[in-house]
Amino acid sequence: MPFSEEVVARLEPEVAEIIGRYPKPRSALMPLLHLLQSEEGYISNDAIRFCAHRLSITETEVTGVASFYSMYKRQPVGEFHVGVCTNTLCAIMGGDQILATLEEHLGVEPDEPTEDGKVSIEHVECNAACDYAPVVMVNWEFFDNQTPESAVALVDDLQAGRPVVPTRGPSRLCTWRQASRVLAGYNDGLAAEGPVAGPASLVGLNIAKEHGWTAPEPPDGPDSSPATKGASR
Amino acid sequence: MTDTLTPVLTAHWDEPDGFTIEGYRRTGGYRALAQALTTPQDDLIAAVKEAGLRGRGGAGFPTGMKWGFIPQGDGRPHYLVVNADESEPGTCKDVPLMMANPHALVEGVIIAAYAIRARHAFIYVRGEVVHVVRRVQQAVADAYAAGYIGLDILDSGYDLDVVVHSGAGAYICGEETALLDSLEGYRGLPRLKPPFPAVAGLYASPTVINNVESIASVPSIVANSASWFADLGTEKSKGYGIFSLSGHVTTPGQYEAPLGITLRELLELAGGIRAGHQLKFWTPGGSSVPLLTDEHLDVPLDFESVQAAGSQLGTRALQMFDDTTCVVRAVLRWNQFYQHESCGKCTPCREGTYWMTQVLQRLEDGHGTDEDLDKLLDICDNILGRAFCALGDGATSPITSSIQYFRDEYIEHQKHGGCPFDPAASTLFGSR
Repeated sequence: MPFSEEVVARLEPEVAEIIGRYPKPRSALMPLLHLLQSEEGYISNDAIRFCAHRLSITETEVTGVASFYSMYKRQPVGEFHVGVCTNTLCAIMGGDQILATLEEHLGVEPDEPTEDGKVSIEHVECNAACDYAPVVMVNWEFFDNQTPESAVALVDDLQAGRPVVPTRGPSRLCTWRQASRVLAGYNDGLAAEGPVAGPASLVGLNIAKEHGWTAPEPPDGPDSSPATKGASR
Repeated sequence: MTDTLTPVLTAHWDEPDGFTIEGYRRTGGYRALAQALTTPQDDLIAAVKEAGLRGRGGAGFPTGMKWGFIPQGDGRPHYLVVNADESEPGTCKDVPLMMANPHALVEGVIIAAYAIRARHAFIYVRGEVVHVVRRVQQAVADAYAAGYIGLDILDSGYDLDVVVHSGAGAYICGEETALLDSLEGYRGLPRLKPPFPAVAGLYASPTVINNVESIASVPSIVANSASWFADLGTEKSKGYGIFSLSGHVTTPGQYEAPLGITLRELLELAGGIRAGHQLKFWTPGGSSVPLLTDEHLDVPLDFESVQAAGSQLGTRALQMFDDTTCVVRAVLRWNQFYQHESCGKCTPCREGTYWMTQVLQRLEDGHGTDEDLDKLLDICDNILGRAFCALGDGATSPITSSIQYFRDEYIEHQKHGGCPFDPAASTLFGSR
């Protein structure tokens, strides 16, 4: 069933704004898919039709894009979607054990939500947090330095509705749909929450400070750079 | 004498408000922008060339030269695209940089876009890091509000719009032309080169695509001078870079140092390989470059020296694996990753990575034969240089290098009838 007129009318201002960000409308397809995923929790056939209509491209083209990128889900996932990194480094450091433990604990297939609709899991590829291995993501927020026990406690908390705080992220965890909305380009005002940098990000800086190591001073002070010397102003 | 570590991009990551515009300005931020906007564009391009900055996203192509390829006065729109799709296994520098210091990236974007005479810039951030997306979105919004982006920036007459675009999970989009297809709203498939993006990039217009760390390094060059930057590092690999240590090392994390530091020096700072174990193999720059071993601890980590040692500097993603790690398991997993991420456009990569997974799984399970190793090398030979893009080439690196250094371990799996390693021993918690 296509989106109701009411839904279309509600979406339209944001859809128009997203399309307006780009010199060519088709560039809006990915943020539109993020937006519709925030609307329905996944990319439905209605969402495909809506994008095709709005961008004047075929449904096949939209489906081709939606199916290419692993973050777009064609079926509903849990309110909290858990990704366990099992690329080589995290796998070796314990990611394989974490994924196996969670699969057994929850008894669900990849991307399949638990009966209460709260949690789904999948293995993910390297999430650029290797210095915090093994890494688990929930709704694409970092949960660093995990163990099988901590990961089980995490999903238990999620299912029980207890508050869960990402290691490097906002002070409360957003839902899957809320996270998708941020990805569509709608800042939720939580950027200032959470640490500036996690502990592993700072180890080199801390060592440099202990030793009094710094980058060299600029040769003639910062205001006489050769990049601008002799520049016509 | 230059210090062992030289924090520039990481220097203020411990400031409680380092990611805010106020915090960034307090430590000198946006002064380079004001300076740049009163400098002729060609002088800025010349300064980045003179600094010797080479792409920090893996390939090491000279950044200033890339900028210089953009045709001028051609009457077409020019675009700057930042590749913030950090996904190369082991690479974890751009994500903390954007989280802790997003304004360094934004300032670099404005300067670079001005230099190449672009009216639009796009920051393509991988989607799987929502908090990073928030910080970059906020930084761009605050830069607009401060008048650093938008119309008539700082009364210079220069106009720029910056769009933060979130990816949706595809390693291939780190390949610059696949990224452009993705940004245009298509499946992320690599394009045939030539034409290069400088001639026909985004919307078939002249486009510069630079890595986050490359762009974030630009304000320091403008503020401190090209020679300041060029005096750091080695003769052909100039400047500083973030080295990301991960795996079986006592203190994993980010270490910013002049190019040319060695793994031995870095390991000394990081407390060495975890207690009671020895380094077995490591990647100097992600999984797409050949593995190195403990024979290579003194190789200077610059583009030329790592290449001379048979690998590539790549993204300075130093993944360390100790003696508890099964190299066959490690390589199998990397290959499964390449298979999963292969876009399917070209046959060598699509089919090759699939079949190599079958062979590697057989070897890991102890059912392989010596002929399987030759088969793997033969398939790699048919992928390397014959794939459409660097993803296929990269997929062969762990396989050929692991067979070069650890052929006996593959054979051992056959004799043992399976993997001789205990997977619990390599975990961080298994030894507790």
